Amino acid sequence: MNESTPATAAPLARLIDELYKLPGIGPKSAQRLAYYLLRMPAEEARALASAIVEVKERVTFCSICQNVTEVDPCRICMDGERDRSIICVVEEPLDILAIERTQSYRGMHHVLHGAISPIDGIGPEDLKVSELLQRLRSGEVREIILATNPNLEGEATAMYLTRLLRPLGVLITRLARGLPVGGDLEYADDLTLKRALEGRQEIES
Amino acid sequence: MSAPRMYKTEAVILRQRRLGEADRILCIYTPAYGKMDVKARGVRKTTSRMSGHLQPLTRCMLQLAQGHVSDVVAGCETLESFQPLRENLDRLSRGLYAAELIDRFAPERMHSFPTYRLFVETLRRLAEAEDLDQTLRFFEMRLLDQCGFRPELEACSGCGSRLEAVDNSFAPISGGVVCHVCAGGIAEARVLSLNGLKVLRLLQHGSYNDAMRVRIEGPLAREVETHLRSFIVSVLERDVNAAAFIERLRREGARHAVEA
Repeated sequence: MNESTPATAAPLARLIDELYKLPGIGPKSAQRLAYYLLRMPAEEARALASAIVEVKERVTFCSICQNVTEVDPCRICMDGERDRSIICVVEEPLDILAIERTQSYRGMHHVLHGAISPIDGIGPEDLKVSELLQRLRSGEVREIILATNPNLEGEATAMYLTRLLRPLGVLITRLARGLPVGGDLEYADDLTLKRALEGRQEIES
Repeated sequence: MSAPRMYKTEAVILRQRRLGEADRILCIYTPAYGKMDVKARGVRKTTSRMSGHLQPLTRCMLQLAQGHVSDVVAGCETLESFQPLRENLDRLSRGLYAAELIDRFAPERMHSFPTYRLFVETLRRLAEAEDLDQTLRFFEMRLLDQCGFRPELEACSGCGSRLEAVDNSFAPISGGVVCHVCAGGIAEARVLSLNGLKVLRLLQHGSYNDAMRVRIEGPLAREVETHLRSFIVSVLERDVNAAAFIERLRREGARHAVEA
């Protein structure tokens, strides 16, 4: 984005370029953030830099549920007290946090890392769908809860998974419509989400 | 057309993308202002009263406030939600395909009453029609026509000679059908059967009811789809994303049918 000009030192221009790549950051915001970082005490800047490096080096995806984790398998997948016959399928890792906050669910999770959006070119092959199918091969799972967001992309994903998983003979349920259409799961309050989990229903063909 | 500070417009939501903590940028299609991006604040929160009205493929009445960069949704009400589209993946994928074509073809902020009407009618048809793909072919042909990219189907688009009643070729790069002689010099030219040409002409000249009266299936339907798709890709100079998803559903549907 930025050519190194006499008015901007080359390292600063590089930082602006890197910040500009972040989602939701425009050219002006990138410049403001870069100048803020420049004025920041050196220790804080180093802490930020090492946090970024550490997250890239130490955080990985759980090989079972695809959640972000420091240890593989993640703590939820390693928890022997959880019900392994139920898998709750969510779009993003943050949705797991929202569901865990309710303390009403003791099954397993599966993160798709997105939702089907044909218009944006995001299809099932871009999601962790084959990993979910792999988990079902063990025969241990008897219920799949589709907890994708209650918006068009989430519904499309739920419909696609229903079509894909029904022949496998597992019970497929969808979160109840206690959640308003068009919202994001991560913003749901605990009570609403708890009711939605309690009121889940089997999808009629 | 310049809009007043607060104004109302009918619109269909084409697509949406996240913005900041809880906002969305909506790409909407309106009859009077054409395609435009508007900001919807707080609609990703479960407490939002507007989010349900602002889902893609919803026809709604919007109250918009002029903003510096993009206008902001101040109020909304659903006029038509095309519910069957949301309950069936095959219908939904076709609806999204139509929305993507509108997004690609429609210029920003340019009124477009006939195309808006065509789009809304197509969503209604996709919610009810039995043959979804034939409905889409009719939409594609009409959209090309209204946007100034009408394929030439009456004479050879290479030399202008009258087409004979035999198999010819279709060359999007030339603008339509080409005769045997011209097809030899065009690498992209693909064979177009006589029946394929008849179907394309029916889609171009006939009404929707005329087009749906003829049952087009199997290889002939695929041939017409392939030629129209190649023409669209040639005009847009890019693929249509939703087409890949439709193709996948078709493939998986066929596989399940065989397994069953």
